[in-house]
Amino acid sequence: MVQKLLKPLLIMGGGAGLAAAPVVLSEYALGFMVSVMSYVTLATAWAMFSGPTRYISLATVAFYGTGAYTVAVLSETLPYPLVLLTALAIGVVLAAFVGMATLRLAGIYFVVFSFGLAELVRQLITWFEVNVTGTLGRYIFLPFETQHIYWQLLALAGFTIGLGAWIRRTRLGLAPKVIGDDEVVAAHSGIALARTKVMLFVVSAALMTLAGAIQSPRWVYIEPGIVFNPTVSFLTVIMALLGGAGRLWGPTLGVIPLMVLFEWLSANFPDHFSILLGALFILIVFLLPNGVLSALEGWMKSAKGQSNGKTIEEAQT
Amino acid sequence: MSALLSLSNVTKRFGGLLAVNSMTFDLQEGEVVGLLGPNGSGKTTLINLISGALPPTAGSVHVAGKEIAGLRADQIARSGIARTFQLVRILPSMTVLENVQVPAAFGAKSHWGGEIDRIARTCLEQVGIAHLARAMPGDLTYIDQKRLELARALAAEPKVLLLDEWLAGLNPTELQDGIALIRKLQSTGITILLVEHIMEAVRALCPRCVVMNAGALIADGTTEEVLADPNVIAAYLGDSHA
Ligand SMILES: Nc1ncnc2c1ncn2[C@@H]1O[C@H](COP(=O)(O)OP(=O)(O)OP(=O)(O)O)[C@@H](O)[C@H]1O
Ligand SMILES: [Mg+2]
Repeated sequence: MVQKLLKPLLIMGGGAGLAAAPVVLSEYALGFMVSVMSYVTLATAWAMFSGPTRYISLATVAFYGTGAYTVAVLSETLPYPLVLLTALAIGVVLAAFVGMATLRLAGIYFVVFSFGLAELVRQLITWFEVNVTGTLGRYIFLPFETQHIYWQLLALAGFTIGLGAWIRRTRLGLAPKVIGDDEVVAAHSGIALARTKVMLFVVSAALMTLAGAIQSPRWVYIEPGIVFNPTVSFLTVIMALLGGAGRLWGPTLGVIPLMVLFEWLSANFPDHFSILLGALFILIVFLLPNGVLSALEGWMKSAKGQSNGKTIEEAQT
Repeated sequence: MSALLSLSNVTKRFGGLLAVNSMTFDLQEGEVVGLLGPNGSGKTTLINLISGALPPTAGSVHVAGKEIAGLRADQIARSGIARTFQLVRILPSMTVLENVQVPAAFGAKSHWGGEIDRIARTCLEQVGIAHLARAMPGDLTYIDQKRLELARALAAEPKVLLLDEWLAGLNPTELQDGIALIRKLQSTGITILLVEHIMEAVRALCPRCVVMNAGALIADGTTEEVLADPNVIAAYLGDSHA
């Protein structure tokens, strides 16, 4: 009974604490928290699709950037809620299209394609801006202060985690786990492979698009090179994998230590940032393929097993 | 009387190889039929065609009157066809119980909640591994993995069950257990098409057999007749001489 009440209480308390953060935090710290909330959303959304299916997607920034760009283009013509809705719709359509075209690709081909997709979108928008509208850069003037953006992202992150929790309890949560284990068994068990993958990809991409849209006023000035920065895709993957893409709270746990680390790295080694990022990527993929949570659990189990073994040995001697 | 499973002129071509050549036969409801044939004669390919793992090049397959040839594997599964694999396939990251819950959730009846748990436990009990419900399938012995696969096929509540050498690789005691298990299923009225090389098992389980050689049907009749058929004997002898 107490246990059952504890979790929602903790979540509500944590949420209230986070919502009150702008009162006590400095502008710099709040800016940091904006990034944290944005990456919690991106990494959790990424893990919704890539965690169970084990398709490593580097397309995150394609959707994130599309969201941001939509706001840049429409913020002066449409009311803000409609701008967000439009961004969401564009993200959904783009993801459905990409999903249907690419989810047949397996393994490394999907990784490469997803990376290429972000580049493709960036090049297309650049071409369009240069040749059709004749403006490469755009300004976003929305009456938002940092805390307004922070609150929106906090709500989106909360929604994303809630949605993740809900999906886990539905067939849409079970199906990709089966697909990740064995596609043949999945199909012969009655799981529609393509539909499942596309649906999850679309949900995940829609959340990423919204994250980009909400965060865009922070930049003030936007051009394709800024919002389609591939580092965003890599960071998202590293964070989700570090925390554990198979668990609901895994990606969130990966965000905070890595945000701190990146802040420090980019301040102290700005020239070597990309190399260090790449090295870290490889290290995590090889050392902690299932994330720290799983690794910790594994260590705890084996430590228990060893101590049990000892007591038996000791009893025998 | 209309057949539950009906194949007519089912054909599969791999480039120049005619792996399944115009196979035609019917299964009545409640029948347990053996699918025999030397190595490479096309038995697994035929199972793949019926279950939708591969699309047939030509021909039609009907389940309870409904055409399924050319449908996707998941659509065919929901039409009431379940199968096991010649090389055992388990879902390694899920527990034994979860493995069996999957077809209950995604099969013809789309159960959810407590119901998939109940069905999965019943099926595990049926194959005799209810006590392993919480184990990981990778930790199971070979025969228990085979039992798990059978339980998973049963959890779909299929009309027709396709077993591809489900009894292969078992030791003599396990084989007796395996035969007893399938006989028990038989008594529930389920329709089974079973690929098998072990004649002892075929004699014990199948009143009727169909025999393939080089992709084509060479015999269809009672097990006794079929095993005495000179064509069948020649096919098997030819195979063992090769
Ligand atoms: N996907 C495929 N592509 C090309 N050829 C295939 C394919 N699957 C099977 N074959 C060929 O089709 C023929 C029939 O193979 P199949 O596996 O159906 O035989 P089988 O009767 O099940 O044999 P066994 O008793 O050894 O299991 C073989 O020559 C095989 O090499
Ligand atoms: Mg075979």
